Amino acid sequence: METVSAGMIWYLPVAWALLLAVAIAMYVILDGFDLGLGILFPFAKDEREKDQMMNSVAPFWDGNETWLILGGGGLLVAFPLAYSILMPALYLPMIFMLLALVFRGVAFEFRWVADTSRFLWNISFAGGSTLAAFFQGVLLGGFVQGMKVENNAFAGGPMDWATPFALLCGLGVVAGYALLGSVWLVMKTEGEVARRARAHAKTLLPLVLIFMGIVSLWTPIAIPRIAERWFTTPNLFYLAPVPIITLLLAWFVWHWLERGHENLPFFGVIGLFLLGYLGIGISIFPYLVPPALTVWETAAAPASQIFMLIGAVFILPIILVYVAFVYWIFRGKVREGEGYH
Amino acid sequence: MDLDPVLLARIQFAFTISFHIIFPSFTIGLAAYIATLEVLWISTGHERYHRIARFFTKIFAVSFAMGVVSGIVLSYQFGTNWSNFSRVVGNVVGPLIGYEVLTAFFLEATFLGIMLFGWNKVPRPLHVFASIAVAVGTTMSAFWILSANSWMQTPAGYEMVNGVAIPTDWLEAIFNPSFPYRLAHMVTACYLTTAFVVLAVGARYLVAGRFPEDGRTMMRMAIGLIAIFAPLQALIGDQHGLNTLEHQPAKIAAIEAHWGGESTSPNAGVPLVLFAIPNEKEERNDYQIAIPRLGSLILTHTLDGTFKGLKEFPPNDRPPVAVPFFAFRVMVGIGLLMIAIGWVGAFLLWRRRLFDSDWYLWPTQFVWPLGFIAVLSGWFVTEVGRQPWIATGILRTLDAASPVTGWQVATTLVLFVLVYGVVFSMGIYYINRLIVKGPQGAAIETPENLPPSRPLSAAGDAARDAIATPGA
Repeated sequence: METVSAGMIWYLPVAWALLLAVAIAMYVILDGFDLGLGILFPFAKDEREKDQMMNSVAPFWDGNETWLILGGGGLLVAFPLAYSILMPALYLPMIFMLLALVFRGVAFEFRWVADTSRFLWNISFAGGSTLAAFFQGVLLGGFVQGMKVENNAFAGGPMDWATPFALLCGLGVVAGYALLGSVWLVMKTEGEVARRARAHAKTLLPLVLIFMGIVSLWTPIAIPRIAERWFTTPNLFYLAPVPIITLLLAWFVWHWLERGHENLPFFGVIGLFLLGYLGIGISIFPYLVPPALTVWETAAAPASQIFMLIGAVFILPIILVYVAFVYWIFRGKVREGEGYH
Repeated sequence: MDLDPVLLARIQFAFTISFHIIFPSFTIGLAAYIATLEVLWISTGHERYHRIARFFTKIFAVSFAMGVVSGIVLSYQFGTNWSNFSRVVGNVVGPLIGYEVLTAFFLEATFLGIMLFGWNKVPRPLHVFASIAVAVGTTMSAFWILSANSWMQTPAGYEMVNGVAIPTDWLEAIFNPSFPYRLAHMVTACYLTTAFVVLAVGARYLVAGRFPEDGRTMMRMAIGLIAIFAPLQALIGDQHGLNTLEHQPAKIAAIEAHWGGESTSPNAGVPLVLFAIPNEKEERNDYQIAIPRLGSLILTHTLDGTFKGLKEFPPNDRPPVAVPFFAFRVMVGIGLLMIAIGWVGAFLLWRRRLFDSDWYLWPTQFVWPLGFIAVLSGWFVTEVGRQPWIATGILRTLDAASPVTGWQVATTLVLFVLVYGVVFSMGIYYINRLIVKGPQGAAIETPENLPPSRPLSAAGDAARDAIATPGA
């Protein structure tokens, strides 16, 4: 592998950073709506509505969560040094998030089998989803705010991540996932559940915009590097469309919700998520361990990156095809009282 | 108080991985069993195959969910607790795990949706296909994970550059020296584990006089598999042992509690220690019961062959002795018991006496844990036996941990024990409840004869009942 050119050494980590970004975006959108469903779970009127909500994602949640493993696995594959610094730095929120996912994941199966203890798995599903979403937001905040690194290892304290900013990001993600879950329900259900979901979406949309606004202002104020990225010319002109399109799209989503559209709000909210995600990417790149190490400094050996990239390029499209196939099989609305089981 | 993060991280990893391994070792076999039943169902048209497949699919769903959530935890523990491991060998181990995600996880997780919820949604052949896809996915998972684990035991196809293992030849790394033996041993173990659960469930029904037709089919299929695979497993295990002797001689010395140096004549051979209390301080065994020369016969296939004893390794390169020694004996003991159960069952089946032999049926209800205990013991042998290395010759376990404080690891360890304790004991309780309910008649509604829109079910719990009693 000595023949790897200098160009490859520049492009490979960038390609991997993009690939990881796509995997994490897929995770955020796909598991986002089924976690959001869990966050909205306590607001369902009765067990029948809860059944309907859960049935709308039961065939998909496992596949959705696999993108999380691809995100973590991909980080280990392509940027082992970043993985070995980020994970200890974000140790506690990471484990809390995983434990929350344990509760939530088993609730899908246990709830159907349980009789008298069913309420426990309702709590487990709602609580697990909410906490998992919250800690994912904390992880995001902890990542964006950066960490102390010395000699290529995490050198900070165990609670460094627990800043007001990270906690705010946690709440923001809870609100965001709940919004995504509500518009999913608008699309996938009918009757009382769908009506309620539409009302939730209209409450959550402004809330999410407020969170997005606070984070967008907080990061450049707190971190000069990010302010410089956004507020110097000519960047300002190139990047201005991001917040403008976000606001415009938010207005459309509101409008679609008002007009009774069933599918458009879901795709609109996905658009909002992607724009927010793009904003974070613009603020962070090229750091993978902000503010210490870039994607190039933490990249795996080219031999590892190439080996895995070849697999990803051939296999990911196939995965996307069969994932789409399963969504197509289970297309349409989940009716009251109807189970796939 | 000073908490040792490395020791705690080891306990945490041993705890979480021991919990995790229980589920894949069951679901890998079960997925293959369900796929087999479904193929039999569409090729013979016998309703009982469908009934049994559908019954085990529910058990599969609960087990698989527990396997998934405990597996996600593991995939992140490499980073949280073992960040130096990730840094030093991540270039090799990372892609092996990455390929598992790409080729196996997505396949199984995606088609699981159709397998569990598609009975009335998709045409039969597509359902069979989905079940086969899940089975293939779970087996591919085993392929990659065992490749990664084997590489840590017997690394190949890499070079060290600035203290980091860099891959030089992927085929050598994937098909490293111990991989084929480990894969064959593990997959066979999974099939046996599942077969013993199926056998026990079938026997339970027959003893109770419930679901006799399904119970007989379960027992017949399980005994057929066990009678062939249990002895086969002994042969594979023997070959695996020879491979370990070649590549990890210290592990074999620990398994055999063979200290070496004690035999007076050079041609005395090595005894097989049946029982002993290994005494590491004085480098010998207390209360030893041994058969002369049998150790040589098993490991060198000659009567006077010899192999290295523990004393021939520097003390800091020796694995702990007691755990591999006892765990190995548990595993082999269960293996022999499995062969006996399989052959006796096969004999009774051949003489058409199986279903009248209460003396065989009654105890057979309780054999379901055998496979799980054997698998856990096997993992203890192989994982403790490779200490003090996390990656043989590359990285010691002591140097692999994360720069995190002991109390962080201790806190999360307590949480894991609590959460896993609650969640998984409930899971086992629910699996038992499904078994008590048993296979029910399930008239399949093919999409062709489904009404255009299913009528609103009056029962609010229709969906729940549908999994508890299929066909509702």
